[in-house]
Amino acid sequence: MSASDSRELRIVGFLCNWCSYGGADTAGVARFSQPTDLRIIRVPCSGRIDPLFIVRALINGADGVLVSGCHPRDCHYAEGNFYARRRLETLKQFLSATGIDPRRFEYTWVSASEGQRWQHVVTEFTRRIHELGPAPIMSHVSEGAWFDAAAPAAAGQSCPCHG
Amino acid sequence: MRIGVFICHCGSNIAGTVDVAAVARAAAKFPDVAYATDTMYACSEPGQEGIVQAVQELQLDGVVVASCTPRMHEPTFRRTVERAGINRYFFEMANIREHVSWIGKNTERNTAKAIELVRMAVEKLRRNRPLIPKRFDVVKRVLIIGGGVAGIQAALDCADGGQEVVLVEREQSIGGKMAKLDKTFPTIDCSSCVLGPKMVDVGQHPKITLHTLAEIESVSGYVGNFQVTIRKKARFVDWSKCTGCGLCMEKCPSRKAPDPFNEGLCTAPSINIPFPQAIPKKAAINPDTCIMKQKGKCGLCAKICPVKCIDFDQQDELVTVDVGAIVVATGYDLFDWHKYPQYGQGRYPDVITSLQYERLLSASGPTGGHIKRPSDGKEPKTVVFIQCVGSRDRSVDRPYCSGFCCMYTAKQAILTKDHIPDSQSYVFYMDIRSPGKGYDEFTRRAMEEYGAQYVRGRVSMIYPKGDQLVVRGADTLAGTQVEVAADLVVLAVGAEAARGAVALGEKLRVVPDQYGFFVESHPKLKPVETNTAGVFLAGACQGPKDIPASVGQGSAAAAKVLALLSKDQLESDPQVSRVTPARCVGCGKCVQTCPFGAIKLVEDRFGNPKAEVVETVCQGCGICTVTCPQGAIQLEHFTDNQILAEVNALCPPRIRVNYAS
Repeated sequence: MSASDSRELRIVGFLCNWCSYGGADTAGVARFSQPTDLRIIRVPCSGRIDPLFIVRALINGADGVLVSGCHPRDCHYAEGNFYARRRLETLKQFLSATGIDPRRFEYTWVSASEGQRWQHVVTEFTRRIHELGPAPIMSHVSEGAWFDAAAPAAAGQSCPCHG
Repeated sequence: MRIGVFICHCGSNIAGTVDVAAVARAAAKFPDVAYATDTMYACSEPGQEGIVQAVQELQLDGVVVASCTPRMHEPTFRRTVERAGINRYFFEMANIREHVSWIGKNTERNTAKAIELVRMAVEKLRRNRPLIPKRFDVVKRVLIIGGGVAGIQAALDCADGGQEVVLVEREQSIGGKMAKLDKTFPTIDCSSCVLGPKMVDVGQHPKITLHTLAEIESVSGYVGNFQVTIRKKARFVDWSKCTGCGLCMEKCPSRKAPDPFNEGLCTAPSINIPFPQAIPKKAAINPDTCIMKQKGKCGLCAKICPVKCIDFDQQDELVTVDVGAIVVATGYDLFDWHKYPQYGQGRYPDVITSLQYERLLSASGPTGGHIKRPSDGKEPKTVVFIQCVGSRDRSVDRPYCSGFCCMYTAKQAILTKDHIPDSQSYVFYMDIRSPGKGYDEFTRRAMEEYGAQYVRGRVSMIYPKGDQLVVRGADTLAGTQVEVAADLVVLAVGAEAARGAVALGEKLRVVPDQYGFFVESHPKLKPVETNTAGVFLAGACQGPKDIPASVGQGSAAAAKVLALLSKDQLESDPQVSRVTPARCVGCGKCVQTCPFGAIKLVEDRFGNPKAEVVETVCQGCGICTVTCPQGAIQLEHFTDNQILAEVNALCPPRIRVNYAS
């Protein structure tokens, strides 16, 4: 299925300024056409990406999150992407426990000269997200129900699931 | 806050596939946006003037420009808003060209995407703070890595410009590949006559410190204040005493090792001065072949040396220098043609590389300038040149054109006729690429005046027949097979990145491309800069280049260095981490993770440990910000709140949870 045939989904990209943002620029300069679902947030280094940003995006209803940084050993800040790799891998393992499909999150490495690779990464990830379809709404709980659940806890009562 | 939004048409680059007026109308409704408009070229003088006017007339205190990538014009627009009287960090950019209009054709979708990117920029800008740069001193010294012609030119220009220069060369002498050439195209100048005086200038210049047989061990610091450790390899000769008389070379009994300067065409003694014009002209011992170093006896050179400078116990020496800027001029290596089975993979001694042929042509080469076949020393009458060996060939992962091979082949064909008037040259070529000044005329001369026979087509194989080599190839213009019985075959090997370039790039934080050549900051507008401030590129380490281009780049890099070092102080980027002491619990996790050692633990007035950022050392990566469990250390201009504002702009929260109640 071509991603451009269907309704656009919401994909958030976190890209490091030096390699992958440059790679996305290179792909643009070379006019490598890509699906339009992705919106890119620029950060200085993949090591700046707090896993909680990704979780926040997914909770807020993003259908997919893509992180891209410099290839290992090519980091502009010497070792930022090593920190990123460890954090992001942990997050990937952890996501399924939260009820978020881990396939909706991916991290990869694209250098500033790899415009073609960026086009490939975006196209493939967008295709994957379209295959998964729109993300399920995290909770059907209305605002009122939240207050109902929170009130006993606030009153010092134990929560229903632990008796 | 009053924000102004400017949507750039960029001619038709953006306006062609984005409805810029619709983006401006949508942006006008965003929170805090006081003014939104579209403009033809935001970066042009009238475009910038329009921004300045709008800021002053409408009392704006923040500006968003939606145009090209911030990697291109963020500094431009920051200067613009500063001129208008607001802090430069109250500027945000939305990239709607590279990331929108150039990659998608659907106007409706592009417009929607552009609106969201502008919304993101507005939300981020609403949380920006004014930042003021700090100033720091600049070390007025430059390090140049590589002593080829590009490095030599950069060193001389920097030194003549009044800066101290440290030149580091891996080989025993400076000169690089150019010192091995006999003549240069298109003037047939004697290579060493052009380069020699420059090498002497480097050796004698009072501002240049030369380290040969040396490599870069480590690099730390930042623009204006690099600390570089240089490993000076043991040469087993005290160079402060050696006079370069060459007596040791004559007597050395170990002379079986191939001579690297002559590309292995002859052998060299274990204690050696690579060539007569070497700078510095000092002998060094090759420990791999020296009998004394290998077996512990001999020492003939030590006995014969008139100044007693041989020291078999010499060790590597580490030297540390502080420099303000670095020029990388590590050059290239030749492609290893042994990957081609059809050319014999080294089985036929009369198949040689272009650089070996260059040594045969050179009067200071192993044959004294007489062209002799390596196999039997006979003078060849038929010489075949094969072009594009390791260039423009995907099968060996070298799809790029090496640029100078067409020209040096034409030169070698001309020189062959000069040396042996009754000889015939054949050149198997794919295309002739000779775009430089006087270059096309030169290749025409090789064909028309010197009678070199140019055959368009690849050579399929070479095989021996008697004492000759048969070169079989296609003539794609005539549409026939061609066979030539050759006395000597010269392979025009292409250029590839110098060995060790990638490892050096890691130390310098300079990115190599997929073939190992260093990537410049911008292919058009910043050809000698890198993405690491204060590190510049010169010559073929950035891509294959001929001598004029390398010299030009050497001078260009020197001009950049001189501009940088002409300032006494530089401004440091204020996008650094900042600690909120009230939140910091002094756990020290940020201190451990910072790759630059920019964070230290100090005690506050109650004796509690608190993190503190050394602003001039901090590079602004933000690893510490993610590490801090308290959120006490925040990277300015990329704080958690700013990034989350962008996330929320893209994905509005679906459920509003009020934990407070």
